[in-house]
Amino acid sequence: MNAALALGDDALVLAQRLGEWAGNAPVLEEDVALTNIALDLLGQARTLLSLTGDEDELAFRREAHEFRNVQLVEQPNGDFADTIARQLYFSVYQELLYGALAEGGSELAPLAGKAVKEVAYHRDHAEQWTLRLGDGTEESHRRMQRALGTLWRFTGELFEPLEGLAVELPALHAPWRERIAGVLGRATLEIPEGADRTAWSAGAGRQGVHTEPFGRMLAEMQYLHRAHPGASW
Amino acid sequence: MSEGQRQEGGGWPLWEVFVRSRRGLSHTHAGSLHAPDAEMALRNARDLYTRRAEGVSIWVVPSAAVTASSPDEKDPFFEPAADKAYRHPTFYAIPEGVKHL
Repeated sequence: MNAALALGDDALVLAQRLGEWAGNAPVLEEDVALTNIALDLLGQARTLLSLTGDEDELAFRREAHEFRNVQLVEQPNGDFADTIARQLYFSVYQELLYGALAEGGSELAPLAGKAVKEVAYHRDHAEQWTLRLGDGTEESHRRMQRALGTLWRFTGELFEPLEGLAVELPALHAPWRERIAGVLGRATLEIPEGADRTAWSAGAGRQGVHTEPFGRMLAEMQYLHRAHPGASW
Repeated sequence: MSEGQRQEGGGWPLWEVFVRSRRGLSHTHAGSLHAPDAEMALRNARDLYTRRAEGVSIWVVPSAAVTASSPDEKDPFFEPAADKAYRHPTFYAIPEGVKHL
């Protein structure tokens, strides 16, 4: 499998999910913060998908089973805690991944060197909110803890070996867990204890098996291009 | 989240944002925003006011900490300065190449 396609799909799908917050975030400032992050990810997706083929064809003309993103990034936004939990899990992973890629000499190294700075900011944003929600009110603590628990079962897939990638993903699992545990500890939250993968979800996104909400997200993302092929601004 | 729940700034305090666009210049007022605390205000300011590479440094100040002159006091405050031309350095030629004077 093409590693650039897999990482590009991760970035593209998460950008689309974060973009759904435009006009809907709890406050205007968060609207801008989340869509800023979405735009960074969209930029990464464009570079990565262009390494594989035509970016528009890949983004707008593939069916759900042809996408290679992990299932974590396609999970619905839920409430603000769900979004922040997803951001925390994914941005810590992406920062480790891009950091390792940037040090290597693969064709993805230049992209990773640029993206790792963007992702460091995404991780900081998620961390700041995790601290405030976890150590905030009783309700914010409860919701953040629940969100962390709900998404936990999608985190194992992040560290499945990825063919053609210059980084050993399983080797990132321990540092990832250590960093997550550090943030959660400061936020007075518990690291979830359940399984980090299930029989039906382990590594499935990378093989084109996606969860049910993904189809609806894709329909919205691809509608315009499919209805008006070649449309442009 | 329904419309009703989205209050202006979520009830958070208001912050004034000052951005220094490059070294050698002073911080300039860029605008204001809502944030729960100073650290988040800095981050929101980064997203709102510097995402097109406008800055090298940001200050945030609680709006409540700013004491402003009142429009009612405009005349006693500012008018006496207007008719004293000798207070203004208008009789000097500005050397070429000096910007930001």
